[in-house]
Amino acid sequence: MKEVRIICRCEDVTEDEVVEAIRNGCTTLDELKHVLRLGMGPCQGRTCMPLAARILARETGKKISEVEIQTSRPPVVPVQLGILAGGEDD
Amino acid sequence: MFPCSWAYWRVVKMIEKTDVAIVGGGINGCALAYELSLRGINAAVIERNYLASGATGRCGAGIRQQWSTKENAALAIESVRIFEHLEDELGSDIGLKQGGYLIAIHDEKDMGQAEKNVSMQRSLGLDVGILGPDEMVEIVPILDVEGMGAIGATFCPTDGNADPFKTTYAYANAAVRNGAKIYKFTEVKDILVENGKVKGIKTDKGKIKADVVVNAAGAWSKKIAEMAGIELPNVPYKKEIMVTERVEYVFDPMVISFKDGIYFSQQEEGQILGGIPPPETVTGYETSPTLPFLEHMSGTITRYAPVLKHVNVLRQWTGFYDVTPDALPILGEVEGLEGFIQCNGFSGHGFMLSPMVTKLLAELIAGEKPSLPIDRLNLKRFESMEFDEKEKYVVG
Repeated sequence: MKEVRIICRCEDVTEDEVVEAIRNGCTTLDELKHVLRLGMGPCQGRTCMPLAARILARETGKKISEVEIQTSRPPVVPVQLGILAGGEDD
Repeated sequence: MFPCSWAYWRVVKMIEKTDVAIVGGGINGCALAYELSLRGINAAVIERNYLASGATGRCGAGIRQQWSTKENAALAIESVRIFEHLEDELGSDIGLKQGGYLIAIHDEKDMGQAEKNVSMQRSLGLDVGILGPDEMVEIVPILDVEGMGAIGATFCPTDGNADPFKTTYAYANAAVRNGAKIYKFTEVKDILVENGKVKGIKTDKGKIKADVVVNAAGAWSKKIAEMAGIELPNVPYKKEIMVTERVEYVFDPMVISFKDGIYFSQQEEGQILGGIPPPETVTGYETSPTLPFLEHMSGTITRYAPVLKHVNVLRQWTGFYDVTPDALPILGEVEGLEGFIQCNGFSGHGFMLSPMVTKLLAELIAGEKPSLPIDRLNLKRFESMEFDEKEKYVVG
């Protein structure tokens, strides 16, 4: 059986899917995020983005330093709506 | 799974000449390239960043037919008819879900406007009605109608949402299969004009000759028009949006309120996506997300649906509404500059109107009779500032 390597644990994205997306024209981490939901889960890309950057560098012949990092979004760590709303009962 | 194959436009050599040069690779630019390709017209889409990197890829993904102006309602109803068979037509997934839009009615004055709108929308053939508080909770069980300050709602079951990325790529792929060219990471630097006619565009990767240039650059449309010496009244407004973690799927419709400006929906995967106008209105090209937005959004959404206070926010981001004085789009050729077509000023509704708008513009460019009249949406309506009626139904 073929080995399946999970790159994004939150959104269940495999290495094969990342490679396929790159071969189909994705040249940035932001595009990979949008077509695969890579990095959109609770960890916000902490685990998968460095891995995806290495795959992108490998597949496109770029240096890892030439791969543009993805846009990071607040609040960085998950925060409950109730806490942000200032709810007294929390 | 990967939505579709777009190998076609991976590496494209810059062409020297095309029929129509489209500035902007959002939903409208890509859909227009496809609609033109159906009519045997070649198009080149020029996108400064990647496809759907502007307002399209940042939007709330909603598709609404409940409007206060007849123009928007008609464009949206026809767009939904196209969305409904778009996956078959384009040959790839667009993530369409028709879970309806539930629009809160807060008082008797709201009710009057709602009754007027529902009657206008029904005259256009839309399935829409008014719900009481009990029916609202039947459809969205997590709502606290009293907390919302609502006395009822209008509801249209065929409203919904689609995936803006998948839809844009689906249109782009189909266009490229039919011969269109798409250039991403390519910036338009100038629009070539001679004797009152457009002649093409100049990009950072070379010139492309074209007798028709379409300005579909979203919030940057005003700057693109300036390159051709045309002034647009459009103003970019910074808008904010947030998404939560995935939770059990509990409601289908988009819930919105014009009084509070809030909208939120639950996506297929279970995350809740929503926005509200930030406490401070910001115009211009500033993009940083703010804590005051997130606090205001959290306060309002937990008042509408208290159980959500236990749900985690994962991410917030910003995007632009390209806003016109009457909140209606600017469509068609500019008087006095032959071949310069506007497809902008969507004021927050470009994604949901795109299928019909791009069909109409393709008809216009092909010299066919547009299947809906669009003269009233021409730029010239702002010359006297005596446009008929402003679209009142704007959220976010």
